[in-house]
Amino acid sequence: MRYAMAIDTKKCVGCGDCVVACQTENNVPHGYCRDWIVESVDGTYPSLSLEFRSERCNHCDNAPCVRCCPTGASHIEEGGIVAVTHDKCIGCGACIQSCPYDARYSHPEGYVDKCTFCLHRVQKGQSPACVDVCPTRCLHFGNLDDPNSDVSLAIKDRKWKVLAPEAGTKPQLYFLT
Amino acid sequence: MKTRRDFIRISAVGTGAAALSIKAFGSNGFGLFKSETEGPVSDEDLTPYPTYCEVCFWKCAAWAYVDKSGRIRKVIGNKNDPHCNGRLCPRGTGGVGMVYDEDRLKTPLIRETKKDGSQYFREASWEEALDLVAGKMKEVKEKYGPEAFGLFNHGTPGGHFHHLLRAYGSETNAEPAFANCRGPRSSAYFSTFGAYIGSPESTDIRDTRCLVLIGSHLGENMHNSQVQEMSDAIDNGAAIITVDPRFSTAAAHSSYWLPIKPATDIALLMAWIHVLIYEGLYNKEFVEKYTFGFEYLKEHVKNMTPEWAYGITTIEPEQIRKTAREMAGAAPAVVIHPGRHVVWYGDDTQRERAMAILTALLGAWGKRGGLYLPEGISVPHFPQPEYPEPEWTWKDLNYGKYPLATMGITTELLKASIPRYNYEHQVKAWLVAGTNLPLSMPDKPLFKEAAASVEFIAVMDTMPMDITGYADVILPEATYLERYDAIRSAPNREPNIALRMPAIEPKYDTKPGWWIAKHIGERLGLHDYFNYDDYAEVIDWQLKKMGTSLEEMKKIGLKKFPRKSGPLYLGDGEDFTFNTNTGKVELYSTDFADHGFDALPKYTKHPEPPQNFYRLIYGRAPMHTFSRTSNNPNLSDLMSENSVWVNPKVADLWGLKKGQEVWLKNQDGHITSFPVKVRVTERIRWDSVYMVHGFGHNNKKLSRAFGRGASDTEMITNVAVDPIMGGTGMRGNFITFLTEDPALEGKEVKA
Repeated sequence: MRYAMAIDTKKCVGCGDCVVACQTENNVPHGYCRDWIVESVDGTYPSLSLEFRSERCNHCDNAPCVRCCPTGASHIEEGGIVAVTHDKCIGCGACIQSCPYDARYSHPEGYVDKCTFCLHRVQKGQSPACVDVCPTRCLHFGNLDDPNSDVSLAIKDRKWKVLAPEAGTKPQLYFLT
Repeated sequence: MKTRRDFIRISAVGTGAAALSIKAFGSNGFGLFKSETEGPVSDEDLTPYPTYCEVCFWKCAAWAYVDKSGRIRKVIGNKNDPHCNGRLCPRGTGGVGMVYDEDRLKTPLIRETKKDGSQYFREASWEEALDLVAGKMKEVKEKYGPEAFGLFNHGTPGGHFHHLLRAYGSETNAEPAFANCRGPRSSAYFSTFGAYIGSPESTDIRDTRCLVLIGSHLGENMHNSQVQEMSDAIDNGAAIITVDPRFSTAAAHSSYWLPIKPATDIALLMAWIHVLIYEGLYNKEFVEKYTFGFEYLKEHVKNMTPEWAYGITTIEPEQIRKTAREMAGAAPAVVIHPGRHVVWYGDDTQRERAMAILTALLGAWGKRGGLYLPEGISVPHFPQPEYPEPEWTWKDLNYGKYPLATMGITTELLKASIPRYNYEHQVKAWLVAGTNLPLSMPDKPLFKEAAASVEFIAVMDTMPMDITGYADVILPEATYLERYDAIRSAPNREPNIALRMPAIEPKYDTKPGWWIAKHIGERLGLHDYFNYDDYAEVIDWQLKKMGTSLEEMKKIGLKKFPRKSGPLYLGDGEDFTFNTNTGKVELYSTDFADHGFDALPKYTKHPEPPQNFYRLIYGRAPMHTFSRTSNNPNLSDLMSENSVWVNPKVADLWGLKKGQEVWLKNQDGHITSFPVKVRVTERIRWDSVYMVHGFGHNNKKLSRAFGRGASDTEMITNVAVDPIMGGTGMRGNFITFLTEDPALEGKEVKA
């Protein structure tokens, strides 16, 4: 079992629905977010290209945040989901520094928080809130080990990239280009 | 827009860091954290209540999920609803923020004047506020007749007040949604096809092979099902042609982006029509069977070649030909999107006509992948007496102008409120329901003069919008998640209805719109028009007539009905009579000719920016609806202010830096109340600037929105009025930059 997400940049309009849905689903306090939108523009008018990316924790196979956690609060759940046990976290922030994707933040209550791929939903067979809400259906989630899962089918015949591959983290967000 | 960098800044210096130090070294010593904020709650522990969204006019059906403590945790789309297919847009998802915005209007407020002449609002009871409104309505009726009481309305709550005013004897109403938005489209498509384009628009984007967007920025306007279907169209490999001076989100997803010089769209459209006709690419069967006036059109566009259009539009002739051929190759599965906010240059009905004509030449009307034949279901009228016949209505305020207007024109209602315009019929008092006029209408000086002229203004809203500052009495409305409302019934592929019921009791001392209207009505002796205690009775009566019930609708939220008008598309060669003078699709508009307007559209040159000025183009951001969401805690979190988009070449000329605050000044010398940050970007042409509409609020009670960004509306003082239907063209305004605070400058001069 290997959970992963594919993000179709040919369809994403950068509306931020994934961000709001995550906030309401996971009760993320205002002023913070577990996922976010990056807009990247290239070229000179009128020869331009524009890419929107819905970004979040990459749930890396080789996760530096887990390796550097002094208490074991940062750990790996079934299916490769990187999670933080709030009660074990001392808020030292080592994981925040180690993450090449800026995916973690200090929750106002002191612990470090991040995307969980909506573990509480996934365990019940549902998709993450961001995937279920996306109006363009540009987010695909599922088990990479299952060739018929939504995510496997999404990346099968498409070109894709991952972010900061040079960091060696083996990230599990696949951006379809 | 929310980015990770914004977040880092917040967490490093904000409450996160402060809380960390207290907690880490608190009484527990070097402790571990116990989570206090409740995490996610399982759907099984939440109770869903049906509603339809009121954050925008798309009105997506949804479920509000309420937890055991009575708090709405989230709002999720209804899977059966064709407006959203179970997926709300960010505004609908963030709709919960409308309920929990602590800046909400909480109690009725009445304007008072102190002895020194200064004014303030005092809290009042509903009894007192309703007595005041009803008393003024009686007074106006006695002094001037009920027609002198005008209504500005928008959205679902507006309907209850339209009913109240009709019962009282006034049909002097207007909503910005017509003359300040989509009116030209209604008049143009009706004149051409004898049918309106409706809302949601009957665009079959899902099955199209070619989608053409003329300045329409789908994806930035989150017209939900259309954005979803554009995504389907991308999956299906459809060609997308976007015409926009700005590299919009839609442009970025398009096969062809035509970076047109602003204000020249009609020239491009006419050149496309020329290519279709003179290259013989138009749908000859459709044109022959269904249309009127082809020979006139052919003669009319004879010289409107792509080369002619090139000089005007800056789009190369080969691009014009190529895109015309692309459309013809995909026909009839082509959507020429009619757009929505289409009041640009004052000849907008003619531009919309050109788009309708193009649709007809491609044979795309009533065809799969073009415009489908929508069908709605009518909701039976709850029993009531006939409305009294007013002596005059909004129509009489036009005095023979704008003959094809189908709804009241807001600017005419304003002018009728100002004695110096000397209108025969004068408006003396207003009720404003659910529309923030100072930010939703152009020509703010006109609005201010009108507001100062009338004897009385009552405003109903959920938020202390700028309009409330002009009110004599403010009626705080419960949000859509706290009230019953009229049944939603909008034409679609399948007729359907949606229920809105309260998910929670109204917070604070707020009341549903229907309740406010009824209780004013009761005070005016209009009980027979409001013959119910709870609006649920009306809904249940209507639903039972429609073969369902409130009980059933509470469980399903949305119900579909079978089509009765026939198939979704016109059959090949099927006989069809259009509801026009000739019974045909009118390429040549007899209606326009009869009224003395050009029967065929033509390009007119519009004024261009003077030296050092740039055309102001405005639009939408996907997470906001006009000015109504700027203070929403969930949505302002995503985007808290607008910026002014400036091409790097222009930024260089002015020495403008990214993020620098500037004030904008328009051609008439008006300056924005607040500064706005510069966004230096290649995404905008050098002759234009772009702003997202709806920011620059001036009411301090909006703690998150006050003074954030600048209002494009303040810069729109030049209005090009469409003679056909009274539309207010707003894209003929030009701005320049002030890099120093104009207020400080003034003070220094005085000192």
